Amino acid sequence: MEAKTLFDKVWDAHVVKKIEGGPSVLYIDRHFIHEVTSPVAFVGLEKRGLKVFHPELTTATPDHNIPTIEQHLPIKDELSRKQVNTLLSNCEKYNIPLYGLNHKWAGIVHVIGPELGLTLPGMTIVCGDSHTSTHGAFGTIAFGIGTSEVEMVLASQCILQPKPKKMRITVNGELKKGVTAKDIALYIISKISTSGGTGHFVEFAGSAIQSLTMEGRMTLCNMSIECGARGGMIAPDEKTISYVKGREFAPSGEAWDKAEAYWRTLITDKGASFDTEYTYDANDIDPMITYGTNPGMGMGIKASIPDGSDLEGSDKITFEKSLNYMGFTAGEKLEGKPVDYVFVGSCTNGRIEDLRVFANFVKGKQKAESVIAWIVPGSKQVEKQAQEEGLTDILLAAGFKFRQPGCSACLAMNDDKIPAGKYAVSTSNRNFEGRQGPSARTMLASPLVAAAAAITGKITDPRDLM
Amino acid sequence: MALDKFATFTSSAIPLPIENVDTDQIIPARFLKAVERKGFGDNLFRDWRYDKADQPVADFVLNNPRYSGTILIAGKNFGSGSSREHAAWAIYDFGIKVVVSSFYADIFKGNALNNGLLPIQVSEEFLKHIFALIDADPTTEFKVDLENQSFTIVKTNESVSFEINPYKKECLIMGYDDIDYLVNSKEDILAFEKQRG
Repeated sequence: MEAKTLFDKVWDAHVVKKIEGGPSVLYIDRHFIHEVTSPVAFVGLEKRGLKVFHPELTTATPDHNIPTIEQHLPIKDELSRKQVNTLLSNCEKYNIPLYGLNHKWAGIVHVIGPELGLTLPGMTIVCGDSHTSTHGAFGTIAFGIGTSEVEMVLASQCILQPKPKKMRITVNGELKKGVTAKDIALYIISKISTSGGTGHFVEFAGSAIQSLTMEGRMTLCNMSIECGARGGMIAPDEKTISYVKGREFAPSGEAWDKAEAYWRTLITDKGASFDTEYTYDANDIDPMITYGTNPGMGMGIKASIPDGSDLEGSDKITFEKSLNYMGFTAGEKLEGKPVDYVFVGSCTNGRIEDLRVFANFVKGKQKAESVIAWIVPGSKQVEKQAQEEGLTDILLAAGFKFRQPGCSACLAMNDDKIPAGKYAVSTSNRNFEGRQGPSARTMLASPLVAAAAAITGKITDPRDLM
Repeated sequence: MALDKFATFTSSAIPLPIENVDTDQIIPARFLKAVERKGFGDNLFRDWRYDKADQPVADFVLNNPRYSGTILIAGKNFGSGSSREHAAWAIYDFGIKVVVSSFYADIFKGNALNNGLLPIQVSEEFLKHIFALIDADPTTEFKVDLENQSFTIVKTNESVSFEINPYKKECLIMGYDDIDYLVNSKEDILAFEKQRG
């Protein structure tokens, strides 16, 4: 039998047919929708007079464009309110399950999918959001799509996709103290750049990857889009299976046994080939921070910004533009630089373990007075669990306030905007110009690095305080 | 729904020699609140095009009277980041029909093709060459011939060929879209569901 990769196995099981000289018709098991990228797709369906083919395989939640305070009140911003209400009315009209604001299962779409057992190993999952790659942590093929494709999936439960190339990124060894899944992600992107994975679907493998919890794996796969890859995935193992078991929409009884047996076959066969392979040593990874305006511009927290002397042409223009935007100088260190804002949250680092890491670090310490911190849980369930575990109290005692779930300052569509020129250490996924508000300056990092910055008011290596 | 059919044309080009232009730059998130597809071109490159007081930034290429045309030439890794199709809509709505770069992010490329916007990939060297030509003479014209998959510098007749999936090429030339195809594949999809059980 032909040796197959994990990706091949899941892909091949979902090909309805292949167009000669063109893409494949790929069947989609689960479609997540939110308020920002779905309305035009529904307008399209309406114009064509089409129905939603499988409303029961679609799940909706508003997350991008909602406030993170006073969620019980009507949304103040008129355009945001209209967009959220449009999602509500479309779901009602087409009979699509929706977890709206204040529902006990509401939250960021990529946090609630796994939490509810809607995300299962071996599935194909799409959403009009590039961080759909998060779900790859379960051994699923999960990727972000555009609005035309949202319309395709609503209309036919299928999408037209050329089969991407395959890449394996192996990280072996034991992670050092203070190094998290987020640091692995930023390290890999700093090595292969924001376009190194383009055209590929990535499988993450190796002992350092296996040692990650499911939430850590979600953080890593979430960031796989930031190296340009369509998505990233990790073979299901005992951790995956025990995470899924008993969740609201996970199979049970006989169906569970059958599913579990299948999931255990989802590994890359010996001898299966990849188009591209990279291997890294966990021991080389330090807590990371970004200094520029794309996620590939990252470095160890004690390192210096490259001096850029080897660059020329548009590479040089781009590098200089980026540092100019950030207000940094080539060759300098970031450690010790003042921080104005700290944001903990997003589909990258808004889960309970992220809040635990942050709370554990700040416990018994006090937030720096100069820092404004936004701690935003990824979902209502995360919020509840944080309260039950006493994390909320620890944060309050240390001078932090908890907000309500949503995408928040990750993309600043709501009022959670970093002011122009201010420096933010953010656990989110993108440090693009203006991403967190016009002229805001973002430094991406792990919740641990964010915690150290929040306490000292400066870029600080958390290991120095542990 | 039918897209505009893509026909051969000749135009001058707008140069944007920046790399890794992400979709947050093409259209910032705060302009994604619409529930209909219209007017996105007004906010194309909003934060590069207008200053904090909403006044045009004089030297930004879209405001610079030196440059015009329906072709955008951009640095490598164009369209990275967010999957927002609004980026392709904004470019198309502004009046751009073709983007030329040495490398594209996957999702942007797909979104562009689904909206009749043709992403042409050329070599780094050729890209540098055309940036230099436009710098020397902003009226330099280029001919885009999708049927023959060629991109030509009119005055020198230098021509390069570009790749495109034959299915997508036909869609662009004929103005077809994928949804028509999928809806017409309903029988195959039902058969697939039945066979999976």
